Amino acid sequence: MTFATWLALGGAVLVALLGVEESRRHAMKSVAGRRFLRHPTAAPALFVLAFFVILALAARLIAPYDPIEHLDPAHLANHAPSARFLLGTDPYSRDVWSRLVFGARISLGIGALAMLVAVTLGALVGSVAGYFRRWVDAALMRLVDVGLAMPRIFVFLMAVALWDRVALWVLVLLIGLTGWFGTSRLVRAEVLSLREREFVAAAGALGAGPTRIILRHVLPNVAAPIIVSAALGIGNVMLLEAGLSFLGMGVASPTPSWGNMIFDGWLKMEVAPWSATFPGLAISLVVMAFNAVGDALRDALDPRKEAR
Amino acid sequence: MAVWLVRRLAASIAIVFAVITLTFFIVHLARGSPCGPSQEQPFPPEVCDTLIKQFGLDQPLSVQYVRYLGQLARGNLGRSFALHRPVADALADALPHTFVLALAALVIDFSLGLALGIYQAVRERRFADIALGNIALFINSMPTFWLGLVLLLVFAQRLHWFPPGSPSNPVLCPRLDSAYCVLDFLWHLALPALTLGLVGAAATARYQRTAMLEVIRQDYVRTARAKGLGERRVLLVHALRNALLPFITLFGLTFPFLLTGAVLVESVFSWPGMGRLAVDAIGQRDYPVVTAAALVASAMVVLGNLLADVMYVGADPRIRVPGA
Repeated sequence: MTFATWLALGGAVLVALLGVEESRRHAMKSVAGRRFLRHPTAAPALFVLAFFVILALAARLIAPYDPIEHLDPAHLANHAPSARFLLGTDPYSRDVWSRLVFGARISLGIGALAMLVAVTLGALVGSVAGYFRRWVDAALMRLVDVGLAMPRIFVFLMAVALWDRVALWVLVLLIGLTGWFGTSRLVRAEVLSLREREFVAAAGALGAGPTRIILRHVLPNVAAPIIVSAALGIGNVMLLEAGLSFLGMGVASPTPSWGNMIFDGWLKMEVAPWSATFPGLAISLVVMAFNAVGDALRDALDPRKEAR
Repeated sequence: MAVWLVRRLAASIAIVFAVITLTFFIVHLARGSPCGPSQEQPFPPEVCDTLIKQFGLDQPLSVQYVRYLGQLARGNLGRSFALHRPVADALADALPHTFVLALAALVIDFSLGLALGIYQAVRERRFADIALGNIALFINSMPTFWLGLVLLLVFAQRLHWFPPGSPSNPVLCPRLDSAYCVLDFLWHLALPALTLGLVGAAATARYQRTAMLEVIRQDYVRTARAKGLGERRVLLVHALRNALLPFITLFGLTFPFLLTGAVLVESVFSWPGMGRLAVDAIGQRDYPVVTAAALVASAMVVLGNLLADVMYVGADPRIRVPGA
């Protein structure tokens, strides 16, 4: 760790704190914002998320070493955490802290992108099924039944068995394509009741077609449950990515992801527990933060379904 | 009721059938032979040709599909490329281990989750509730396999309280035929079951707390208190009965979680269950085993949901079965 990287780390903490404070002040102005902040864990969770997002964005400034460089395999493997190596080094003599910082890019990026794919698909399928009903609804929902019946990890095991190594963008796409079933059910249920409301009839009477009604009138009213399910879903996606990478079929080494860092450190757990412990801790923290934010968002945006 | 049950059963069978069809076509369109376009060929070309003939992979897809269904109906899941034995036999060896692990995890999950959830609901918004709630959220956010690794490190490698893996002592206890061996088995089971059970219990406690709080506010609970019943009886007999209903839904939801978690936890603890079988099979490109494992897992998820639905209807007289 050099002076510059300590400074950058301090800067990251500071920016995250300021960002949370600013959004707090902003949120206090609205009812929903105050309801969001009433959750004792909401603001700390926002801070955790902001901190890791900044780590991911400014990885080059904050990471003291090259994340994939073997520093000195003869002398610096499994080095304990110290001022020089903040979180120690892994069995391949790579700096764990640098890998953690760069891994945030991969892990958070996969989580966000895959969730985006899943939520978009889920919202579209759900609203089409709920809006058109009849056979469209029946066909789509049977598809969802089938999708929900297959445990995702087995789908991925199959994909890897068939295609050997899965490229990063394929992985993101696959996680997204297998993750929209729950969201589509949720959206469909909401749309089924929304489509009977007067404003939808009014839009129809004014000559709006189904595409316009769905995109402009129905979907904005389903935004709240979609956002909540996305926040809660990112956590699940990150856990899935970690599990897959741990089994050696997600993100391929040497590219650091928090899951394959656990995999790399696993076999030396007894001599160097830090190289597998810290990435796991990072995953747990971020997933917990997403869950806490999701809970708080549900109470803020969707007071009918308050979880208490 | 009978009509509903038959329809629900038919729908479940249809879902399983759709999963079978889907996996068949994915597998055969993507690869279809034990030696696909991969660079690292597991077998020399002439062995490949023999294998392709032997497994009938040179026939048209429709013929293969019909034959595959026929074989499945007879319980034949194909032959493993790598293990040189029928897939069904390999699964039959592995499944009991997964079942025992899942069952033990389920017991820990539900008993611990129930107790925690009730306790939290009673102490609503006090320190104990908030502290336990955050601990539960944290445990629920952990990657299951990572929790397994940490428990393994602390309790097996550092403290030596539990053995580091495998379902039993292979020298002293190759079979479960004495009290000592049963105890030995349970001792080996403890850590993997605890890993899965703890993560599940954290989720269960969250559900149970919400359900309990909803019920506690209802009039009949006030009535029970008003007629002078003790708080313990009100909570554990009157309120809990209704607060248990979401539990049944949870039971259906837990199946996919347990199966997914089992895949990872079995790998951590070298537990010879279905998940480990599937993971090991991947290294050898042994996709008949992986496909069969996926099929069995899907069938179990569907069965779990069916069971949960039936139990729900049985337990809650307010639910009217459509068409009954």
